[in-house]
Amino acid sequence: MTRPAGQAQGHGAGAAVADGRREQGEREGQRGRWVGAAMARKEDPRMLRGSGRFTGDLARTGMLHAAFVRSPFAAAAVSAIGTSPALRAPGVAAAFTAADLGHPYLLATLERDEFVPTQMPLLAGDQVRFAGEPVAVVLADDAYQAEDAAELVEVDWAQLTAVTGLAAARGAAARQVHEGLAGNCLVDLLMFDDERLGEIFAGAPLVVEGEFTSARLAALPLEGRACLAEWDDRDGQLVLNVSTQVPHQVRSAVAQALQLPERAVRVIAPDVGGGFGLKCVVGREEVTVAAAALRLRRPVRWIEDRQENLAASFHGHEQRYRVRAAFDSRGRFLALDADIECDVGAYSAYPFTCAVEPLMAAGELPGVYKVPAYRARGRAIATNKAPTAPYRGVSRPQLVLVMERLIEKAARALHTDPLELRRLNMIGPGEFPYTGVNGITYDEGSYRESLDLAERRVADGGWPAERDGLRAAGLLAGIGYACFSERTGYGTPTMSQRRMRMTPGYDTAQVRMDPTGEVIVTTGTCGHGQGHETTFAQIVADRLGVHPERIRLRQGDTDLAAYGWGTFASRSIVIGGGAAARAADQVAGQLREVAACLLEARAADVELSDGSARIRGDSRATVPISELARVVYFQTHTLPEPLRYGLEARASFDPPGTFSNACHATLVMIDPGTGAIRLRRYLVVEDCGVVINPLIVDGQVRGGVTQGVAAALLERICYDDEGQPVSTTLMDYLPPTAAEMCPVDVVHLETPSRFSDTGAKGMGEGGTIGAPAAVLNAVNDALSAVTAGFDHIPVLPEDVSSALARAGEGAA
Amino acid sequence: MRDMHQIRLRVNGREHELTVEARRTLADMLRHDLGYTGTHLGCEHGICGACTVLLDGSPVRACLMFGVQADGTEVSTVEGLAAGDELSDLQQAFSDHHALQCGFCTPGFLMLAEAYLAERDSGDGPTEAEVRELVASNLCRCTGYQGIVEAVLATARSRRRAGGP
Repeated sequence: MTRPAGQAQGHGAGAAVADGRREQGEREGQRGRWVGAAMARKEDPRMLRGSGRFTGDLARTGMLHAAFVRSPFAAAAVSAIGTSPALRAPGVAAAFTAADLGHPYLLATLERDEFVPTQMPLLAGDQVRFAGEPVAVVLADDAYQAEDAAELVEVDWAQLTAVTGLAAARGAAARQVHEGLAGNCLVDLLMFDDERLGEIFAGAPLVVEGEFTSARLAALPLEGRACLAEWDDRDGQLVLNVSTQVPHQVRSAVAQALQLPERAVRVIAPDVGGGFGLKCVVGREEVTVAAAALRLRRPVRWIEDRQENLAASFHGHEQRYRVRAAFDSRGRFLALDADIECDVGAYSAYPFTCAVEPLMAAGELPGVYKVPAYRARGRAIATNKAPTAPYRGVSRPQLVLVMERLIEKAARALHTDPLELRRLNMIGPGEFPYTGVNGITYDEGSYRESLDLAERRVADGGWPAERDGLRAAGLLAGIGYACFSERTGYGTPTMSQRRMRMTPGYDTAQVRMDPTGEVIVTTGTCGHGQGHETTFAQIVADRLGVHPERIRLRQGDTDLAAYGWGTFASRSIVIGGGAAARAADQVAGQLREVAACLLEARAADVELSDGSARIRGDSRATVPISELARVVYFQTHTLPEPLRYGLEARASFDPPGTFSNACHATLVMIDPGTGAIRLRRYLVVEDCGVVINPLIVDGQVRGGVTQGVAAALLERICYDDEGQPVSTTLMDYLPPTAAEMCPVDVVHLETPSRFSDTGAKGMGEGGTIGAPAAVLNAVNDALSAVTAGFDHIPVLPEDVSSALARAGEGAA
Repeated sequence: MRDMHQIRLRVNGREHELTVEARRTLADMLRHDLGYTGTHLGCEHGICGACTVLLDGSPVRACLMFGVQADGTEVSTVEGLAAGDELSDLQQAFSDHHALQCGFCTPGFLMLAEAYLAERDSGDGPTEAEVRELVASNLCRCTGYQGIVEAVLATARSRRRAGGP
């Protein structure tokens, strides 16, 4: 494998470097290459000028606007839908029900006996299964008219009893969300069923038990879902502009649901205003709009409003873990036994299915700790609530919280230092690669080093003194830690274990140099805020020896790129970037051959850097790379046959995955009068292997931490007893503002991955994964005198006030 | 029968005259009737602030106003900040401090900060806490706000050095 010069030097496993900002300065000087540089983003100028191109900014002549008619009930039988009054309303061109469209549906499937597939109709037919489920769509000349007319659609509903939670779903008398679905259970997996477990628990010196819960969350990208569909007669294609993370998967879904060949569908993701997993599944509304455009042969646009987004798109993270852990007398794990239930809502989302949460949870619970014996049962339970999608972190915020709480509880029982207990149990230096009881092989990381460094920074930063000072002033204050690793960049070798009918994972890039020496890179990944136009250019720039400004990434267009899987699961820089690096290496090889021809040298002696090809050891023998490109295209007859007709290459990458890791620490302050919890300090020591752009990595970490803090302290989607969603505005659902956050310090360790072409590991989700556990541990540290500790998120001011009141009563 | 009104306004210094339905929001009018699509809609109920524009110099939520209410006013949108290809100092600071990721909320934060920086007297520079409170007016889901706070602070400092805006 070709590694860019300098990668190996001075950045071995666990080499501590200064904070991100300072580090990049050193690197630019030392290395003189683009990977590692804190380059300003190529995306920024257009976004700052307001000339980004989001789906809602696109319009077409004669365009219709779609508005959906949605169920006001969580569960109801539908006997009739009358669209005539709506059709008579001003500006209305058409209205469709499921019957009008021929009952199309989306179907996500796992090839596993333990899985029950659910058809998700584009528009519900004779039954609705959550409040907000669409039953009809109205198309009008403007969005105001479409919304007015949607209110005129007459539906005969017969309300049914709603199944609103895990307990209600399982009861003997529970109604079945889907006919014939026993216990409303969509997935029931028993994994790693170690028969020694009973014996180990019976003889263990210490057994810690707990029930851990996390609330239902919304991913809440600032841009909701949106699409614009139109039929193109010239190309014989349905063209769908859509705010998505996964253009090719949308194409496959539309083709399957509407029975079109895939070539007859072109999906384009323009600029996408955040996704966080909400847009890595395919929404029924997007496919319905495509169906309407196909039928009417007119452009149709739909822009989701925030109420639809909060009530009727996709949620995630509503989970309950019942866990017991056996420890030896020193506090080493002997065994772990977990029963995990995920409230996944009414349907499996395409293509990942509702199994994504229980599979991740049961498969990866042990995390960074050595657990010799393990059993996990993971279930997905259907309820009359909105379906779920893989929201940032997918079960790992919860499983890290579970493990970090177990460690804290064991330390408390053994009167030992919880950080020492972590070190005792953690996969240590020299133990990598480590294959765990869950069958997962953890590649080299800096688990111990990141904890050590975090503890040192906390001490050097005066956190303990600050905590004591706050306590002395009559406030409650605490420090919390969380250690974890995160599997990233995994292709089909790992994805295939899920047994999805559509198994994602690989990606393909094409690198092409034009006659002026400019470079076009195409990829099937689909950045939506991660800065891929910049980081892919940095990777390719080093391989080709040209400036990143001469490299343009083209993404988010199924007609432009080879089939690829989009951007989710912290995969893009490892897999898409790896494919781009490989294709660029091939083009670099072509350039060297051409240069060797022109300079009468050996290709092996040609170096590409700073826009020129040079012969090693001969300072006068140099030719601009743009001149090589000109010759290849415009004087191609002068070159030997294999070098003629263009400079381009295509390469794929399909790695097994690589674990990034981090340690989070935070200091929180609690006002005993109000129960309000405030962050005072936050530190992340993270290791994502080779850092392509520290500015972007720090931004991803900070944004991720903010979403994790939100999960720990603020956000929850609530339903009432009848299954009505009650968090349908941003006055009810509370994402953090700047006032709820404190600065987040980020420190990088760098353990390059051998499973990644660039040495980089994925890092899009780590911030969100570590924060809930760190914050919860800090809150519990602050309240250690009055409560044994909370094991649920979010912890709200009323939880704190109740605990303080109970403690007060106990003392009185 | 639609309730239509003829109005005139200036947007980024340019005169516009148009007929607009009474119920049409200022945001929809700017975006879809006049083509200023840099103003984004994130919630349409006045919380997220992505649609913040300046109306006669003051920041407003364009989703909470009707287009007709802008009759006779001067509206400033994100499209008016840069001078041709040259980014403004505030825009440049946003890039330097990585104050944006997906970019959807960015126009709202820029207009909010622009109004704040223009209004603030040239006495003491703003504190981090003060800027954090300002930035808490709007929502960003990507950045965690740190870069936005830093960018506004840096612009305030550099404008003071340059002798006011």
